[in-house]
Amino acid sequence: MHTATHTDTEHRAHEHAHEELGFWRQYIFSTDHKVIGIQYGVTALLFLFFGFMLMLAMRWQIAKPGEPIPFFGPILTNIFGDVAAKGIISADLYNTFGAMHGTIMVFLAVVPLGFAAFGNYIVPLQIGAPDMVFPRVNMASFWVFFVGCVIMFASFFIPSGAAQFGWTSYSPGATTTPGDGQTYWLVGMIFLITSSLLGAVNFIATIIQLRAPGMTWFRMPFFSWAQFVTAFLLLLAFPPLEAAGVMQLADKVLGTSFFLPTGLFVGGNPADISGGGSPLLWQHLFWFLGHPEVYVLILPAIGMVTEIIANSTRKPLWGYKSMVYALLVLGFISFIVWAHHMYLTGMGTKISTFFQATTMIISIPSVILLTCLFISLWGGSMRFHTHTMFALAFLPMFGIGGLTGLPLGFNYSDILLHDSYYVIAHFHYVVAPGTIFGLFAGIYYWYPKMTGRKMNETLGRIHFWLSLIFMNLVFMPMFAQGMAGMSRRMSDGGATYAESDGVLGLTAATIQSNTAISHAAFALALAQIPFIINFFWAMHKGEKVASDNPWESTTLEWQTPTPPPHGNFDKPMEVFRGPYEYSVPGHAGDFVPQNEPHKKN
Amino acid sequence: MDIPFTTKARPDTGLYNAKLGIWLFLASEVMLFGAFFSAYILLRVGADPGAWAHGLMNVPIGTFNTFVLILSSVTVVMAWAALKAHNYSLYRNCMVITIACALGFLVVKSFEYAEKFRHYEVWMKDGRRMTGHIDYEDGGVKKHAYLWSTKTLSKKKIESIAFTPDAPNEWATGQYYPPLTKEQLEHVKKHADSDTHHHEPIAIKSADIQRLSAFVPAHSTFFAIYFTMTALHGLHVLGGAIVLSFFLFRGHKMWKADPDRLTNRIEVGGLFWHFVDLVWIFLFPVMYIL
Amino acid sequence: MSDHAHDISKHKKIYVMVGVILLLGTLLTFALDHFEAIDLKKKAGMLVATLAALMIATVKGGFVAGVFMHLSNEKKWIYWVMGFTFFFFVGMMGLTLWGMNDIPGQGNQFDAKTGLPIVKKAAGK
Repeated sequence: MHTATHTDTEHRAHEHAHEELGFWRQYIFSTDHKVIGIQYGVTALLFLFFGFMLMLAMRWQIAKPGEPIPFFGPILTNIFGDVAAKGIISADLYNTFGAMHGTIMVFLAVVPLGFAAFGNYIVPLQIGAPDMVFPRVNMASFWVFFVGCVIMFASFFIPSGAAQFGWTSYSPGATTTPGDGQTYWLVGMIFLITSSLLGAVNFIATIIQLRAPGMTWFRMPFFSWAQFVTAFLLLLAFPPLEAAGVMQLADKVLGTSFFLPTGLFVGGNPADISGGGSPLLWQHLFWFLGHPEVYVLILPAIGMVTEIIANSTRKPLWGYKSMVYALLVLGFISFIVWAHHMYLTGMGTKISTFFQATTMIISIPSVILLTCLFISLWGGSMRFHTHTMFALAFLPMFGIGGLTGLPLGFNYSDILLHDSYYVIAHFHYVVAPGTIFGLFAGIYYWYPKMTGRKMNETLGRIHFWLSLIFMNLVFMPMFAQGMAGMSRRMSDGGATYAESDGVLGLTAATIQSNTAISHAAFALALAQIPFIINFFWAMHKGEKVASDNPWESTTLEWQTPTPPPHGNFDKPMEVFRGPYEYSVPGHAGDFVPQNEPHKKN
Repeated sequence: MDIPFTTKARPDTGLYNAKLGIWLFLASEVMLFGAFFSAYILLRVGADPGAWAHGLMNVPIGTFNTFVLILSSVTVVMAWAALKAHNYSLYRNCMVITIACALGFLVVKSFEYAEKFRHYEVWMKDGRRMTGHIDYEDGGVKKHAYLWSTKTLSKKKIESIAFTPDAPNEWATGQYYPPLTKEQLEHVKKHADSDTHHHEPIAIKSADIQRLSAFVPAHSTFFAIYFTMTALHGLHVLGGAIVLSFFLFRGHKMWKADPDRLTNRIEVGGLFWHFVDLVWIFLFPVMYIL
Repeated sequence: MSDHAHDISKHKKIYVMVGVILLLGTLLTFALDHFEAIDLKKKAGMLVATLAALMIATVKGGFVAGVFMHLSNEKKWIYWVMGFTFFFFVGMMGLTLWGMNDIPGQGNQFDAKTGLPIVKKAAGK
C-alpha cells in the first residue's frame, strides 16, 4: 500500500507540472467546460447565420418566383450548378434549402447555442463546480457534434445535393428521393444525436454530483434547473430518433423496408423491395423526439430570461418554487404529447383525444412559467440594459407563439391549419422572437463574464428595436396567410394556386403579402449587422468591466474572476442562501450573493 | 484542478460520478433499444398475412450464444466481487473468461450471419416461393453464391440458376418450382432434418423469377429488424469487450496505484456488460423463437 | 455493499446461483420451441408461446438487473432515473401501438374493380 500512495502522489505532482497546456490542448482539444462552451457557441452562431442565409434565399424565391437572385445568384449557380441555373432557385433547390434550414436551425444552431454553449459555460459556474463531471466526455461530445456539422454542411456540395425532404424527413419520400443527400443527413444526425446524449449524461451527472456545499436543489438558479430538465429530455427522447435514423439509413443503403409499405411505386414502377414496413412508424419515432425537442429549444432560453429578469428587476423571482415544479411537470408531460403533430395521418378519434388532452394540459405549466415571469416584473425597480430589453420582449413573443399553438393542438381546428403558414408563424414565434431573443439576451448578459468587456449599449438598442419590429413584420402576416389557406413548402409562394375566374384559391392579397414579408426578412438581416459589429468590436474595444460582477448579480457565476480560470473558483465555494436575494431588507446593498454567509447575531 | 467524487461517493447521493454516469447512459440505451423493440412489435403486428419470415433462425446456435453471454455476465460480476475481496488473480481469471465469452459470441454470430448471407429465397412469377442455396461454377470451381439479389441476375446476365431447395419448412412450404419429381421430393423429405443438401439442384430460369434475395436485411421486415438489432447489439458487445480488455491489460497498474478506482471502473464496466446481456435475454426469444 | 470477506463470498454464491437460474430459463425457452403441445403455426399456440417466452425473459432480466446490477438495493437517484426511463419507454411503446391500431378503416377489404372499401354488413343476427 505504501508504494501505491507514493506512486499516486508522484502522479499528481506530474499532473501539476503539466498545468501549462499547449495551444492545442488549451483551445482546440480542451477539456475545460468554458472553452468547450465557447467552441459550441461559435459553431452554433456560424450555423445560425448560415441557416438564416438559406432562409433569405428562400424568401427571395417566394416573393419573386423565377427571378434570379441579385448579386448572390451567380455564386449559387457556381456552387449548385443546374439546380440554380442563371441564379434562379429551382424547386429542388428550394426543397433542399427548406429541409436544411430547419435541420440547421434546430440541431446545429439553436440547441447547441442554448443548451450546449450556455449550458457548458454557465452551469458549472452557477452551481459552484470546478468543471463538468466528465471533462473528456465533454470534449468528445463537442467533437462528435463537430463531425456531424461537417457532414451536414458537406452534403450541400455533393453532386446530388443535400437532403430535400423537410427537417422531418418523412418516409417513404425521404427514402425514395434519389441522391445521397438523405444518407448524409442521416449519418450527420446519428453523430449529432450521439453528441447530445454524451452532453446530456454529463449535464445531469454534473448537476447531481458537483453542486457546491450548501447548494441545495431549491437554492439552484432557475437556469441550471432548466438545463437539468432539458438534459433529461435529450437523454430520453433522442435515442428513439437515433433508432429511427438507423432504420431509415438501412432503408436507404441496405434496401430494407422499415418505413416502406407493401405495393410502393417509385417513379411509376413497383419498387424492388420486400415492403411490409410502416411510414407511420417513422413519424411516431420522429415526433417522440420532435416534441420534447421543442422544449429543448425553449427551456434554456426561459432559464436565461428568468435570470435576467430577476437581475434587472432587483427583486426576488415571484414563485421560484412553482416555476421549478412547473418546469418538471412540463418536462414530464412533453413526452406524451407527440402525436398532436400527426392528427392528419388518419389517427383514430380515441388516440387523437388522448393527445389533444395532454397537449392542453402541457399549456398549464407553460402558462405558469410565463405568468410568474410577468408577475415578477410587478413593482421592480428596473435597470434597463440591452439584455433586459430582449428578455422583456421574449415574454410577449413567446406568449404569442404559445397561444397560437392552441388551435393546432385541437385536432378539429388543426385539420384546417395543418401544414399551412399558420404553423410556420406559430413555431417561429416560439423559436425566433422567442428562443433566439432569449439567446441574444443571454449573449449580452454573460458576454462581460466571458470576455471581461461589455457590449455597446447603443448598438445593442438599435439591434433590439429593429429586430423586434422586423421579426413581427415577418411572422405576423403569416398567421393571416395560413388561415387564408396558404400551404407551406411551396417553392413559388402559392402562385400556382392563385385565384382565377370562378376557381377558389389564394387571394391576390394573400400572395402579395409574400413580398412584404420578404422585404421585412431582408430588413431583419440588416438589423443583425449592429449585433455582428458589436460582437467583434466589443471583444477588444468594449468598455472594460470594473468588477467581476458588473450586473450586481447574486448567482455564483459572477463570484469568479473574469474570465474564470481553469478550475473556475479561486476560493472554495459554499452556498448559504437562495438564488435571487435582491433588495433584501436590512442589507446595505440591494443584492446578497449566494455565497455570502449569514451574519452571526 | 481535481473533480470531486471520482472515486469516493458523494455523501448525499451515495454515488460516485461514473456510477451515476453509466446509469444515465443506460437510461438512454433503454430508450434506444426500446424504440427498436417497439418497431419490431409494430412491424410484426402490421405485417401482411403470411409475410412475417418466421422459423428461419437456427435456435440451437441462439441458445448457445445465450449461454455464452450469461456465463460472461456471471464472470464479470465475480470479477468485481474478487476485487472487492482484494483477490486480483481471481479478478484476472474472471475477466479473461468474460472477454473470451464476448469474442466467442461475436465469432459465432459472424458465422451465423455468413450462413444467412448465402441462404436464399426465390419468389417465382407464378406466386410459388422456396428457400435454398445457389451454387455456381467459376472457372471450373464450384462456389456458393454469396449475397446475390434480383439485380445480380440481370447484372451478371445469368439465364438460369442452380437452386438447391430446402426441405419444406414453416416459412417456405415447399411449393417447388418446377415441381419436383417423386424421387426428388422423397429425397428432400428424407433429409428434412439435416442442414446439408445432398440432393441435386434444380434449374430455375431467371425469366421466371420475380424476386431473389439472400437472407439479408432487404429480404423482409423480419430480417431487417433482426439484422439491425443484432448488429447494434453486436457493436455493444464489441465495445464492451474492448473496454473490459483495457481493464484487463492495464488493470494491474491501476490496481497498484488506486485499487478503489479500478474496482469502481469494473463495477461501471460490469453494469454496461449486464445491460448488453439483458438486451440479449430479450432478443433471443423475440428473434429466434417467436 | 460492505467489504467484509464473508459477505463477498456469500454474494459470490448468490451470483453463481443466479447464473444457474438464468441458464435453466434459457433451456426452458429453448424447450418452448420443441414443445409439441405448443404449435407455433397456430394463433393460440403463438400466443401461449409469446406469453411464456416473454415471462421467462422478464424473470431472467429481473434477475440480471436485480442481482447482477444491484438494482434490488440501489440509491435513490438511480431509482428515479430508471423509473422515469421505464415510464417513458412504456409510454412510447404503448402509445405508439395504440396509435397504430386506432386507425379507422384499417384492415378494410377493397373491391378489386372499383377500388372502394367493401363495407362489412352488420353481423348476421
